[in-house]
Amino acid sequence: MKKGLQILCLILAAFSIKAIAQENAGLKLPEGFKASLYANNIGSARHIAVTKAGVVFAKLNYPNKEGNAIIRLEDVNNDGVADKVNGWAKFGGTGIYVKGNSLYASSNEAIFKYELNNKDEVVNPQTPLTIVTGLINRRQHESKSITFDQQNNIYVNIGAYSNACQTSDRTPGSQGMMPCPILDSAGGIWKFDGNKQNQTYKDGKRYATGLRNVVGLDWNNQTNQLYVAQHGRDQLNSFYPNLYTDAQNAELPAETFYAINEGDNAGWPYVYYDPAQHKKIVSPEYGGDGQKEGSKDFKEPAVAFPAHMAPMGVLFYTGNQFPEKYKNGAFISFHGSWNRAPLPQEGFFVAFVPFKDGKATGEWEIFANGFAGVENGAKVTNTAKAKARPCGLAQGPDGSIYVSDDTKGAIFKISYSK
Amino acid sequence: MEMNNNSSTWGRFLFLSIVFSIFFVDGQSQNLVNGKKIFETRCLVCHQADGGGVPNMNAPLDASTNVVGKDIARLVYIVKNGLNERVALDGMYYSNAMTANPDFTDQQIADVLSYVRTSWSNKASKVTLAQVQAANSKNKIKTKK
Repeated sequence: MKKGLQILCLILAAFSIKAIAQENAGLKLPEGFKASLYANNIGSARHIAVTKAGVVFAKLNYPNKEGNAIIRLEDVNNDGVADKVNGWAKFGGTGIYVKGNSLYASSNEAIFKYELNNKDEVVNPQTPLTIVTGLINRRQHESKSITFDQQNNIYVNIGAYSNACQTSDRTPGSQGMMPCPILDSAGGIWKFDGNKQNQTYKDGKRYATGLRNVVGLDWNNQTNQLYVAQHGRDQLNSFYPNLYTDAQNAELPAETFYAINEGDNAGWPYVYYDPAQHKKIVSPEYGGDGQKEGSKDFKEPAVAFPAHMAPMGVLFYTGNQFPEKYKNGAFISFHGSWNRAPLPQEGFFVAFVPFKDGKATGEWEIFANGFAGVENGAKVTNTAKAKARPCGLAQGPDGSIYVSDDTKGAIFKISYSK
Repeated sequence: MEMNNNSSTWGRFLFLSIVFSIFFVDGQSQNLVNGKKIFETRCLVCHQADGGGVPNMNAPLDASTNVVGKDIARLVYIVKNGLNERVALDGMYYSNAMTANPDFTDQQIADVLSYVRTSWSNKASKVTLAQVQAANSKNKIKTKK
């Protein structure tokens, strides 16, 4: 009898723990918002894209256990959880984008185009068209994130294969190269034609430069402008302990969000943005001392975020489901830092950047938190311990948004109801 | 009488083993104390306090088959010269360049490797100064080829 009661209590406790854990898929959201775990364990889900009918495509960084690196997900019974999942493609990568009845996906060197039928199924999984090829991939900052303007032009990030363009990368005392030779073929955004096959560097155009590594980017259709979020440089304290303390390094430099015009130069590797001084400061590899200001010609950020949080996805919200303040503002997902150590890590959340009259106000707030799975108020001290790390962002046809995680491969769906 | 004899033997044994273990543990732990200090000032930022590394970027040291493996010469080489290649480890890839540590003495390399190989869930053997010196000559031969 007593034993039966104990078992009953255990079962009840297990159920209530499960119920608590599953509320909003463990996420902390503003009032009125709900989240569901749309998918889990699909593989290293980087960027995601959603069709007009609500089919989700996820690009994996590596092929998953089944050997697929692009995953198609569909929620047929409309309960907020994908129930029809399949995949294909062998190439790992980050970028994915739905444009009309085309699905574009990028490896770390190339951009491919698939055709969708009227059920949003890929017609040619084994024979995509090669749109761009031969992009530099030297291991570091290799993701080729993509977005499109309204004229079907592709904007692709080609990250710098370096931390600060030193003669010898990440080596104490190694000077910055002048001019930085990396910038000819990387460290910026390149523009290509979304319709033309087999393009290489000579067919494209360097649209913006001086960007160390952009993973999150999106076209703002309201103002017809490209926005990018840059990963700032690392290790100021490791290589220049006489100029920067551990605490200063944890706050330097800002992760920066830019409204890009053609020809812009954001200043990497020559300068970095100091959010406390509100200045572009000369990098120590180029003779900086933490105070000396760089050229005013370099682009001013639209928003400066805390250092090292690693912005991974940018999404301009154009839906009607969320409250009015979110309309035409930008969501930015932050992967979570590592270079704040020995101080606790930051990030692991989705931020919201309000826009007014087509411009960022400069303010930002945390929109969705709790991805890392640490207890309330606790910090992540070891990056690999974070349960989930926000990466891709996409908007569904009903105005819900999706957030992917590239550790275990979760996709969260976030919706609002009054 | 017999009891007394027994207890004094035991007492002597206990005393000796305490003295021995203090000396022994202290001698060993000095090696690990130094290794921990080096790890915290030079390695922790990238490899993280728990040795877990950073997914896709900085390779983990905890539960890493390379770190607890038998190829000490390779570990010595990496600590000294850094690593600027795509690291494939336990089914994952790591992309960041590792900083070289040309200022480390052979003893410091032995200390930090001993700390790393015996910390967190790692239970490999420690690395001696002689092993580092042997690794150096092996590595030199390798690079000359």
